[in-house]
Amino acid sequence: MAKVTIDDITIEVPDGTTILEAARMIGPHVAPPTMCYYSKLKGTGGYCRTCIVKVEQGSEKDPRPMPKPVASCRTTVMDGMVVRNNTSPEIQEARAGITELLLINHPLDCPVCDQAGECHLQDLAFDHGKVKTRYEFERRTFTPQDIGDNVKLHMNRCILCYRCVKTCDQITDGRVHGVINRGDHAEISTYISNAIDNDFSGNIIDVCPVGALTDKTFRFKSRVWFTNPQEAHRDCDKCCGKVTLWTKGTDVLRVTARKDAFGEVEAFICNTCRFEKKQLSDWTIDGPRKVDHKSVISANHYQVKEAPKYLYDRVKLLNQGLDLPEVKDNK
Amino acid sequence: MLGMTKKLLLALDHIEGISKLDVYRQHGGYAVLQKALKATPESLVEEVKKSGLRGRGGAGFPTGMKWSFLAKPEGVPRYLVCNADESEPGTFKDRYLMERIPHLLIEGMIISSFALGANTSYIYVRGEYYYIIKILEKAIEEAYAAGLLGKNILGSGYDLNLYVQPGGGAYICGEETALLESLEGKRGNPRIKPPFPAVAGLWGCPTVVNNVETIAAVVPIIQMGGDEYAKIGIGKSTGTKLISASGHINKPGVYEIELGLPVEEFIYSEQYCGGIRNGKKMKAVVAGGSSVPILPTELILKTAAGEPRLMSYESLGDGGFATGTMLGSGGFIVYDEDTSIVKNLFTFARFYHHESCGQCSPCREGTGWMEKILHKFIDGHATLADIDLLWDVQSKIEGKTICPLGEAAAWPVAAAIRHFRHEFEAYVNNPAAIKQVKHYYRLNKLEVVNS
Ligand SMILES: Cc1cc2nc3c(=O)[nH]c(=O)nc-3n(C[C@H](O)[C@H](O)[C@H](O)COP(=O)(O)O)c2cc1C
Ligand code: SF4
Ligand code: SF4
Ligand code: FES
Repeated sequence: MAKVTIDDITIEVPDGTTILEAARMIGPHVAPPTMCYYSKLKGTGGYCRTCIVKVEQGSEKDPRPMPKPVASCRTTVMDGMVVRNNTSPEIQEARAGITELLLINHPLDCPVCDQAGECHLQDLAFDHGKVKTRYEFERRTFTPQDIGDNVKLHMNRCILCYRCVKTCDQITDGRVHGVINRGDHAEISTYISNAIDNDFSGNIIDVCPVGALTDKTFRFKSRVWFTNPQEAHRDCDKCCGKVTLWTKGTDVLRVTARKDAFGEVEAFICNTCRFEKKQLSDWTIDGPRKVDHKSVISANHYQVKEAPKYLYDRVKLLNQGLDLPEVKDNK
Repeated sequence: MLGMTKKLLLALDHIEGISKLDVYRQHGGYAVLQKALKATPESLVEEVKKSGLRGRGGAGFPTGMKWSFLAKPEGVPRYLVCNADESEPGTFKDRYLMERIPHLLIEGMIISSFALGANTSYIYVRGEYYYIIKILEKAIEEAYAAGLLGKNILGSGYDLNLYVQPGGGAYICGEETALLESLEGKRGNPRIKPPFPAVAGLWGCPTVVNNVETIAAVVPIIQMGGDEYAKIGIGKSTGTKLISASGHINKPGVYEIELGLPVEEFIYSEQYCGGIRNGKKMKAVVAGGSSVPILPTELILKTAAGEPRLMSYESLGDGGFATGTMLGSGGFIVYDEDTSIVKNLFTFARFYHHESCGQCSPCREGTGWMEKILHKFIDGHATLADIDLLWDVQSKIEGKTICPLGEAAAWPVAAAIRHFRHEFEAYVNNPAAIKQVKHYYRLNKLEVVNS
C-alpha cells in the first residue's frame, strides 16, 4: 500500500495505482479532467495532457519534487507522494493552456453537434477555458469520410485521444481502424476507407469524448437534454444487455452503454443492442438513469458542481467584467 | 593508427579507400575488437563508465550509466540499436562518419553488443541517407565474409547479427522510443515513459539506444582504456566531439574537437571554422542543433559571468537558458550580422510543425500556431501583442509533452524572443520595409505525403 496526498487529502491506495486513480478514489472534485485516459481500455492515456498534476514530493524515500508536470493517468503513486492538482495555480494555468490548444482548431459547432450536452470538451472548456480565443487563423479541416452505416465521423472535431483506436484494437475483431498522417494533419481513419463493420464497433461512439464519432441512427433527432435517460436490459447473447435508453415519449431515440461518474462506460455493449433494438418492447425498463457529474443533463451541473472555490472566484471576476449578474454560489 | 593524435574518430577519414575492410584493417581496424573479445563484457562496461563518455545524440546522458541500467532477465534477448536517424537541422556529423569510415561504426557496434550481451543489433538509418545505407550494407557484408560478424566471431564463441534498417523519413523517428516503434514496423510515435527502453525496449525486451558517434567512441575508449580517455576533454565533458559547423563561416564542415576548446577559437581559428565569411561580423550562434536556444555573440563567446565560453556540456549550459544554451548534438550554426533572426526562427518553427507526430495536444496544436504567428511577422502584419502571444504559446508547450520534440519547438522561440526581442519589434514597426524584402521561403505548406 502507498500513502499519497492529493490537494492536501491523504489516501492509502494499493501499489501500482496511478495518481489519477488515487484522485478518483478521493472523489470527482479532486480528480483531474481526462480527455484520453479510459480505465476500461488498456494502454490509454498520456496523449491529451489535461490530467497533468504537480508532484511536490516524489516519495517518502526520495522527497525531491518532479521537475515537470506529469500526466497523472500514466504516473504511478509512490509511498509518501505529495501531489497538487486544483490547489496549484501553475497546474491550473497549464491546464488552461492545454484547453486553449485543444480548442484552437476545434470547429466549435456545438449548436449542430450531437455530442453537445455530454461533451467532455465542453466541460473542460467550461472549467478551464477562456471567454475569447486568441487564435485568429483558419481552423483545420479534413475531407469528410464515410466509415459505415452506423457511425458518423466528424474528423474536424476529433482531439486524437486514441480511445477509439484502442477500442477497435481491443474489443473488436480485425484491426481496420487507426491513425494516419502526422502532426496536426493526423486523423483517425479506417484501412483504405473501409467501413467499420463488426459486432462491437458502436462502442467507439461511447468512448469518444467529443462529437467526432456519433450515432447515425440518432443523428439530429433531438438535443440530448430533451431526452429521458432510463436504465434497461434485455437478454443478449453477445453482450451484457445492460444499457441506457434515451427516450422521448414512447420513442427510443438512442441506446448507449451505461456510463459512470467519469463518463466511462460500465460495460461495452454490442451493435444489435445499440442500433437495432429501438422499440420499448425490446427492453425491460429498470428505472430512471441518474446521470451524474460529467454532463449538463444531470440537472444544473454548472451550478451545483463541486468546484474549488477559486473557480467560482474566477467566474465571478469574469462576470463582473462582462457586467453579468453574479453567479450564485450554491455550496 | 588510432589514438596517435587528438583525433580519435576522424583520425583515418582522409585515407583513400578507408571505407573498405582491408584498408581499414591495414590501419589498425578491428584490432580493438580482438582485444575486446578477450575481455569480459562487465569489464568493457566498466571501461566505458570510467571514460565518462556522454551520449552524443543530444541529451548527453552518461553512456556507461545507461549501459549499466540495462535489465538482464534470464532467457530474454537484449538489443543494441544504433540511432543513425540524424535529422536535427544543422547536424550532419553521423552522416560524415558513416560515409567515410563505416567500419569504425561496425567495430563499435560489435564491441558494444558484446559488452551488453546482445546477439542481434540494428543500425536505424535516416531514410534520406539512402546512399549511406548502401555503404553500410556493403561494409557489413565484408565483415560477415571476414568472420567479424555472424557466428563465433574471431573464434570467440560470440555470435552477432547486425542489420541496417532504413528510417521512414521522419525527424521524430530519431527520438529513441519512436525509433523502436518504427523499427518494429509500427507508426513512429514516441512511447510514454516509463517503462524505459533499458527495461522494455525493442519488442518489449531490454534495449540500449545509442547515437552513431557514441558507439564509434567506444572503439578508442576500449583501445586506450577508460581512464586515459577521461583525461581528454574538460571536467565531466570527456573525450572528443564531432561538430557539424555550418552557416556564415569560411569553412563549414565536420570537425573533431577536444571538448573544452574555447568557442571563440573554434569559430575564428583557421584550423576550424576560419571566421565569418565576407568579413562580416557575427550576430548569433545556435550551438547544438536547431532545438537549442540561440545565443547572441556576446553570450556565445563569454558566459554571463565574463568567463570565456568553452565547447563543453557544462560551459555551454552555464547560466541556464537565461544566458546559456546546450551542446546538444553538436550542430553548430553561425549567423552573420545580416541574418534575420525572425526569419530563421520561422524556418525552424515550420520544421517542428511539420515534424510533430501529433500524439499530444500541446505539441500537435501549438507548433502550428507558432508557425502561423511567425508567418505574420514575416508578412509584415504582426502586432506587438503577437510577441507576447508567441511567448505565451511556447510556454504552454514546454514541459507538458510526451517527448522532447515539444520542447525542441518551444526553446528556440523562447530564446529568440529573450535575446532578440528588438528584431521582432522592428518587424512590427516597419511593415513597409519588411514587405520589400524578397522572401525565399515557400509560402505554401509542406506537402503531406500519404502512404
Ligand atoms: C525529436 C527528437 C529527435 C532526435 N533525433 C535524434 C537523432 O537523429 N539521432 C540521435 O542520435 N539522437 C536523437 N535524439 C535523441 C534520442 O532520443 C536519444 O536520446 C539518443 O539516441 C540516445 O543516444 P546517446 O545516449 O548515445 O546520445 C532525438 C530526440 C528527440 C526528442
Ligand atoms: S474520434 Fe473521438 S475517440 Fe477517436 S481519437 Fe478522435 S476524439 Fe478520440
Ligand atoms: S511532443 Fe510532439 S512529437 Fe513528441 S509525442 Fe508529443 S506530439 Fe509527438
Ligand atoms: S487523460 Fe492523462 S494525458 Fe489524457
